[in-house]
Amino acid sequence: MSRARFASRVNWLAASNGEIQGARHSLHERMRHDHLITSKQFSRADIETVLDYAAEIDADPSAVADRHAGTLLGLLFFEPSTRTKMSFETAMKRLGGDVVDMGSIESSSVKKGETLADTVRVIEGYADALVLRHPKEGAATMASEFVDVPLVNAGDGAGQHPTQTMLDLYTIRENAGLDDLTIGIMGDLKYGRTVHSLAYALTNFDAHQHFISPESLQLPREVVYDLHQQDAPGIREHDSLEEILPSLDVLYVTRIQRERFPDENEYQKVAGEYQIDSDTLEAASDDLTIMHPLPRVDEIAPEIDETEHAAYFEQAHNGVPVRMALLDLLLSDDKAIGGEGDE
Amino acid sequence: MSNDHDHHDGNDEHELRVSKIRDGTVIDHVRGGQALNVLAILGIDGSDGEEVSVGMNVPSDRLARKDIVKVEGRELSQDEVDVLSLIAPDATINIVRDFDVVEKHRVERPDVVDGVLSCPNAGCITTSGEPVTSRFAVLEDGVRCGYCGTIVREEIASLIDT
Ligand SMILES: [Zn+2]
Repeated sequence: MSRARFASRVNWLAASNGEIQGARHSLHERMRHDHLITSKQFSRADIETVLDYAAEIDADPSAVADRHAGTLLGLLFFEPSTRTKMSFETAMKRLGGDVVDMGSIESSSVKKGETLADTVRVIEGYADALVLRHPKEGAATMASEFVDVPLVNAGDGAGQHPTQTMLDLYTIRENAGLDDLTIGIMGDLKYGRTVHSLAYALTNFDAHQHFISPESLQLPREVVYDLHQQDAPGIREHDSLEEILPSLDVLYVTRIQRERFPDENEYQKVAGEYQIDSDTLEAASDDLTIMHPLPRVDEIAPEIDETEHAAYFEQAHNGVPVRMALLDLLLSDDKAIGGEGDE
Repeated sequence: MSNDHDHHDGNDEHELRVSKIRDGTVIDHVRGGQALNVLAILGIDGSDGEEVSVGMNVPSDRLARKDIVKVEGRELSQDEVDVLSLIAPDATINIVRDFDVVEKHRVERPDVVDGVLSCPNAGCITTSGEPVTSRFAVLEDGVRCGYCGTIVREEIASLIDT
C-alpha cells in the first residue's frame, strides 16, 4: 500500500464520524462519473448520505467553495425552466466551477432539427458534466447512452426529476422526519414528474403516502406498479383532501395545469377543489408542513405564506446545497468527499 | 391460406405441413391467427427471396386452431425465436436438415427484447426520431419500455415494429 493511500486510510479511520464518512465514500465510489437519471438509483443509505452531506454544506458552504474550480457544467434545457436552471448554476458556481448554457431552444441547432443524441455529443466536448431537461420521457436515459461525462436528469417529460426529489426529501426530513411519516401528495399526479420521482424515493422509508387528485389526473399505473413492487407500507388514492387532511404530517401540493382539460369550465371546477387556504387548514394538524415544487399559480393562497405551515420557499432554497452535494459526488476524483482529510 | 402446393403428395396432411421442407426452420403451435405477426417479428417479408410457407388455423390437438410457419434455407437461433414467446408462448421450433428434424425446442421468455417492438407512448424519446433502438423489459404479464417505463399488457402484437 502506498504511503499516500495508507495515510488516507488512517485518516478515514480517525475521522470522528467514521461511519458517515465511509458511507459517503462508498456512495461516491459508485456515483463518480456516473449518471443521475432516476430516484430509483438510490437506496435508503444513499439518500441519507446525500442529505447529511447537503446539511453539512448548508451549514458551511465556504468549506467547499473551491472544490471544483475550473469545472464546467453544461446546461441543456429543452423546456423553459429558469428556476431549476438557476439552481444548478448557483450550485456549480458555489463549488467554484462555472456553467456553459445551450440557451433557449429557439436559438439553437435543435430548431434546425438536430437530434438530442447529436446535441449531447457535441456539448459533451465543452463540459465536464451535463444537466438535461427535456420534454420527452426517457430522454435522459437515452442521452446518457451517448456520452461519457456524468449526465444529470433535470426532468424528462412526465418521467423523473431526481435532484428535485433529493431536495424534497431534505425538506421533509428537516420539517417532519422521513420515518413514521404520513404524507399527502395532491394535484396533477398523472403528469407531475416531481410526484413520480418523490413517491418512489419515499418507499425507502416508513412513509404512508396518500395521493389526492381528480380521477383524470391519478397516478399512472406504471408508477402504482412500481410502488407496489417496492412493498411500500401504505399507498392510498383519494379524490378529496378532506377525509385525510387531519392525519397528515406533510401536504405536497402540485399545480393542475389548464391544458390538461378539454375546456375551461371543467378546469375551473376541478382546480377549485384542490386549492389550499386558511379555511381548508382549519381541519389540519398544527404541525402540518406544506410543500410545493413551485412555481404555484393559485393552488396555495398567499395568506398561507406567513404561517408555520409554509415550507415551499425553504424547499426552493434547499435546491442549492442538495445540488452542490450531488454534483460534488458526481464530479470528485479524490477520496475525501466532505473534506475531513486533505489527502 | 396455405402455400404448400409443392409438397401436397402425402395422405397425412398434418405431418406434411410440419416437416416437409428440406433445410430450414418450422415454427409450430403458433396461436391461431398470429402467423403473420410471427413473420413480422422475425423481420421476414419474403423480400430477400427466401421461401416461406404459412399455414393458418390448422386443426391441432394442443391448441384448438394453430398456425404454422416454415422458412426454407434459414435456421433461426434461440435468441431470434425467443422473442416469439410474447405472442406465441406455446410455439415449438423445429430445425430441419435434409428433411429431418434435427433439433426441436420451445421458445423461452427473454429478459429483454431489443428493437422488435415500438413504444406506444407518443411522449417517449424512442418514438421521436432519435437514433436509438427500442428496448423492452419482459415482465411476467407484459412488456415495459426501457426508456419511458410504459407497461403494455395487452395486444403486444400491435407494437411490432414493421
Ligand atoms: Zn417508451
